[in-house]
Amino acid sequence: MKKNNIHSDLKNSIKNIDSYTHVRGESIFVDDVNVRQGTFFAVVFDSPKAHGKIKNIDYSKAEELEGVERIFTYKDILGENQIGGIIPDEPLFAENEVHYCGQPIALIVAESEFIARQARRLITIEIEELPVITTCKEAKEKGSFINAPRSFNLGNTEKAFQNCEYVFEGETFSNGQEHLYLETQGAYAEPLENGNIKITSSTQGPTQVQKTTANVLEVPMHKIEVDVTRLGGGFGGKEDQATPWAIMAALATYHLNQSVKLILNRHDDLRMTGKRHPYESSFKIGLNKDLKILAYEVEFLQNSGAAADLSPAIAERTLFHATNSYFVKNVKTTVLSCKTNLPPNTAFRGFGGPQGMFVIESAIAKVADELGVSAHKIQEINLLKESDVFSYGQIATQVEAQNSWHSATKQFNLKQLKSDIEIFNKSNDHFKKGLALMPITFGISFTNTPMNHARALVHIYQDGSIGISTAAVEMGQGVNTKLLQIAAQIFSISNKKVKIETTNTTRVANTSPTAASATADLNGKALLKACNALLERLKTVVSEEYNVNKNSVEIIGETIHINNKKTSLVWNELIAKAMLKRVALTENAHYATPTIHFDKTKEKGHPFAYHVYGTAIVTTTVDCTRGTYILDSVKIVHDYGKSMSKGIDLGQVEGALVQGIGWMTMEEIAYNKDGKLLSNALSTYKVPDIFSVAKTIDVLPLETKGNDMAILKSKAVGEPPLMYGIGAYFAIQNAIKAFNPNYKLKFHAPMTPEKVLMGLYES
Amino acid sequence: MIEFILNNKTIKTNKNAGMTLLDFVRYEQRLMGTKIGCREGDCGACTVLVGTLSEDNTIEYQSITSCISSLGNVHGKHIVTIEGANFPKELTVAQSAIKENHASQCGFCTPGFVVALTGFALSGNEKTYDNVLDAISGNICRCTGYKSIEKATNEVCQKLKNKTDLNWLIKHSFIPEYFKDIPSKLKALKIEDNKQSGTVFVSGGTDLYVQQADNLIENNVHIIADNNALKGIKIEGDTCVIGAGTTVTELWNHKELKAIFPKLRTHLKLVSSEQIRNMASIGGNFVNASPIGDMTIFFLALNSDLSIINQDEKKRILPLNQFYKGYKTFDLKEDELIKDIQFKLPSKQTKFNFEKVSKRTHLDIASVNSAISFTFENDTIQNAHVSIGGVAAIPKYLFKTSAFLNGKPLNVQTISEANKVLQNEILPISDVRGTSDYKRLLASQLFFAHFTETFPEQFKLKDFVQ
Repeated sequence: MKKNNIHSDLKNSIKNIDSYTHVRGESIFVDDVNVRQGTFFAVVFDSPKAHGKIKNIDYSKAEELEGVERIFTYKDILGENQIGGIIPDEPLFAENEVHYCGQPIALIVAESEFIARQARRLITIEIEELPVITTCKEAKEKGSFINAPRSFNLGNTEKAFQNCEYVFEGETFSNGQEHLYLETQGAYAEPLENGNIKITSSTQGPTQVQKTTANVLEVPMHKIEVDVTRLGGGFGGKEDQATPWAIMAALATYHLNQSVKLILNRHDDLRMTGKRHPYESSFKIGLNKDLKILAYEVEFLQNSGAAADLSPAIAERTLFHATNSYFVKNVKTTVLSCKTNLPPNTAFRGFGGPQGMFVIESAIAKVADELGVSAHKIQEINLLKESDVFSYGQIATQVEAQNSWHSATKQFNLKQLKSDIEIFNKSNDHFKKGLALMPITFGISFTNTPMNHARALVHIYQDGSIGISTAAVEMGQGVNTKLLQIAAQIFSISNKKVKIETTNTTRVANTSPTAASATADLNGKALLKACNALLERLKTVVSEEYNVNKNSVEIIGETIHINNKKTSLVWNELIAKAMLKRVALTENAHYATPTIHFDKTKEKGHPFAYHVYGTAIVTTTVDCTRGTYILDSVKIVHDYGKSMSKGIDLGQVEGALVQGIGWMTMEEIAYNKDGKLLSNALSTYKVPDIFSVAKTIDVLPLETKGNDMAILKSKAVGEPPLMYGIGAYFAIQNAIKAFNPNYKLKFHAPMTPEKVLMGLYES
Repeated sequence: MIEFILNNKTIKTNKNAGMTLLDFVRYEQRLMGTKIGCREGDCGACTVLVGTLSEDNTIEYQSITSCISSLGNVHGKHIVTIEGANFPKELTVAQSAIKENHASQCGFCTPGFVVALTGFALSGNEKTYDNVLDAISGNICRCTGYKSIEKATNEVCQKLKNKTDLNWLIKHSFIPEYFKDIPSKLKALKIEDNKQSGTVFVSGGTDLYVQQADNLIENNVHIIADNNALKGIKIEGDTCVIGAGTTVTELWNHKELKAIFPKLRTHLKLVSSEQIRNMASIGGNFVNASPIGDMTIFFLALNSDLSIINQDEKKRILPLNQFYKGYKTFDLKEDELIKDIQFKLPSKQTKFNFEKVSKRTHLDIASVNSAISFTFENDTIQNAHVSIGGVAAIPKYLFKTSAFLNGKPLNVQTISEANKVLQNEILPISDVRGTSDYKRLLASQLFFAHFTETFPEQFKLKDFVQ
């Protein structure tokens, strides 16, 4: 596709439906909700130690402070002091022991947040310290795990290694990553009558909030209403970890019968919430003389933190993506979720996939370095083909791995890029350039099959306007825009007639969180069903009214057509007629992804509706004096299927890419040996700013037929592009190598300026 | 009583001067468009504009982060929040550029970007792409990856066509109409000196509010940002005197200084973001006493002197390199203030360079920063002053290294030997900004960079390494 076309496509492509209120500062986030008179404000008191027994806590001075209403602890919990979703191993408030720095112990409720914060400083706590584990290796040595290990196996690696010409082993580390949603975690709870509570929460999982709150308060779920307007960024960080703050606010509301607002300040959020999991992994890779990978073994050690949270599911996805875009006949992958004294690590865009892919890319880079060939040669030889089998038993279909690779190397002229870099490096001593390719293959669906369902509730009001409720949570990814497009397209009416309602548990119940890139697919398909059912009903109205065959009725541009002929009947009149005929103008539809299944006892099945493919070429320039670097370009061919919202989808690719590059380059989580977070502020934890992103990012769509399992053939786009960022790590490393031939490749992300400088000058 | 104009409304408030402007705007005025992202000036979600009436009755607008700005500091000013940038219904040029280029996803950072871009339109800065990027250099977006934002800002910049007068901006939909009444409204405000009873001196507040916001909110503060006695850049004979209350932006914009230090903006661009540079004072950077303070390192290499005054206006002069006593301790009594800093203007033979490396090049704190000035006369190095940050408990003036360089020929041998002296003079520790080994290596590299930058024809990196 020509670049000019892409440009005009973008200009014409639908804009995020929230953008009008966004640019005017009129969009409402949880901290902007109008508070009721008498609202109290809350601050969390958390553990200053990473592991220990609580000997004594003195709240008296804090309680005496003027304006403090009450301090809540586990003793105030009527139901279960338990918030663990997958494994019940996490209390809302610590009781007798603390397991990480930042673990909530109490909630201080006061007339203002300022007073609550003052009160927090007056609390004294005595903790008898216990040994602290911060790394996976320590946890493994001590046998400290969250659950039993998981393994995916294909073929026989042991045998295969014997037939390999080349076998290499190595170790890798990839650090965690702070979500840094610009809007911190928070919730606002209000008492309704009869002990019912309404929670406005900044959560990706309203049902999770509702269910867990009900359990902690020991009330039926119908007493808790959770409402979400939008999130100021989530990225997985608000899938499970938005829950505790909502429960705490609700708990205080329950006791005080007053509204309570709990918004974490940035420092509290950084300290108390989990992040992307750090992984420590070891691999063994074997190839034949043609550089075909015959065998691959890997052990992933996942730093899960002090409780399970979503770690088991994330560990599972690491295994699903352990071989990335490559077909390997013999695979043995194992993951151990290591229990440490860090905040429970959690979902983050990619959900374990990026960590898995980093290891195989490291293994390939190592082979390339040892054999003196280009890594992209090995990558290309091993790309996945149609009908290849994944280690988990799914047969790959509609594979675009080679297609996207060749499309990228051809359209962006890899040869030229490489020779330009060679020439530059020959004639420059102060700066060196490097290049790397990064193919991706990412499975779409919750890997936990029972979660793959959604519902949509559509009201057509009698004036012809429409209100839509689904389980989808808008967090910037544009899902509401896509939902609006679907309804407007099915009914062929103006976008202005359609409103996407807040995500609310009383309108759409028992929902899966907005996660796994699958939200537009699941909710969109449910919406499609609901709209189609309504459309059928409306067509029946027309066919009865005009005494024509239903199949001859069409709505085009808000006007009713019969047998391809325009009638005088318009949308609003049709709806009015339907009302008079007492036709149901509301529809609720349910969608569950067909064909997917996975057997955890055998670790085999068909867990994904489809895969998303793509290839990125990353180039970088390293300043060999200072060890700093810039990314010159990232050139991507991405498999959107048939993108239904080009501007929004491109935004997802670019945003995910830059987040992935951040993870691989500058974003460095640091805990000390005592489990205290050192990168505890925005002054010490750096995410990409406008100057640090790649100078150019080119994204070309891969021309494909799209996939019917995707909504309107428009493939999921939220997570997959994040993994293009892995290419940045290897591109920088190649530039270092160009300056210092003695440099030994390292697989220890992120590649900070410190590591670059040390690498440039290592002997 | 603090009086100012907030958007189109005159505010008179008895709230504490130490309260943050952000809290006042959001929770006292219920203007919720200004967002809270970090409360330490590191994300830009709370960006607002401050307009100051100048003598010619025009208003100069600057962007600031309201989270680390004291309410007292806006006395007599025009404050513009996102609500004040809006038209009743239509979108402004900046807003529409963001919308049309898909440059807003979750929307939480968006008002900050819009306000910063509106500030750029109002500012006297030349309407270049580099300058518009500087205008949003303090705004972090976690969703878009910035490419769409780049497109939007470029569009805004092009549409501005270097126009800045209010009527043009109003006519072309950059700002609402009420802006034209603000100068007279501001003038009509009886801007009396706000009574000061506080014990904590607050200038820009950019460090104080990061360190101790809660303390300042509660206590009375003594606002000195608008104290004219502490302002201004004066060049008197061969000496430059810079008031301690001078902001980094005022340095940035100073024409004579720019002529004297051709790379001044390149250097200052490495210091924080435009929003912070608009607030942060030079004196504040000195008394913050961070071992890594950029401006301190800058002025140490200029062999600057501080003039310090007490309550009775009694003045004493102290070389900046004598000011620091230990980690975050310095030679300043409780009733004393730094009045200004002065240094001898460099001669034609003087070379000056500033280097800084941090994890993120912009809006970050250095791992190591360093500056140098020296003259090259009669084939020898003279008047050498080398400073370095991040490698000791204080921002360090390298007495021995500087002395070693003086009188030596300018060649690879001198520089390599001086580097050895430097290595013996520093004692870095490992922390979140890097290991001590890294900082040692970086210190040498930046020292070498001083010479490859000032004498690019004569020295290559290869001369010093490998």
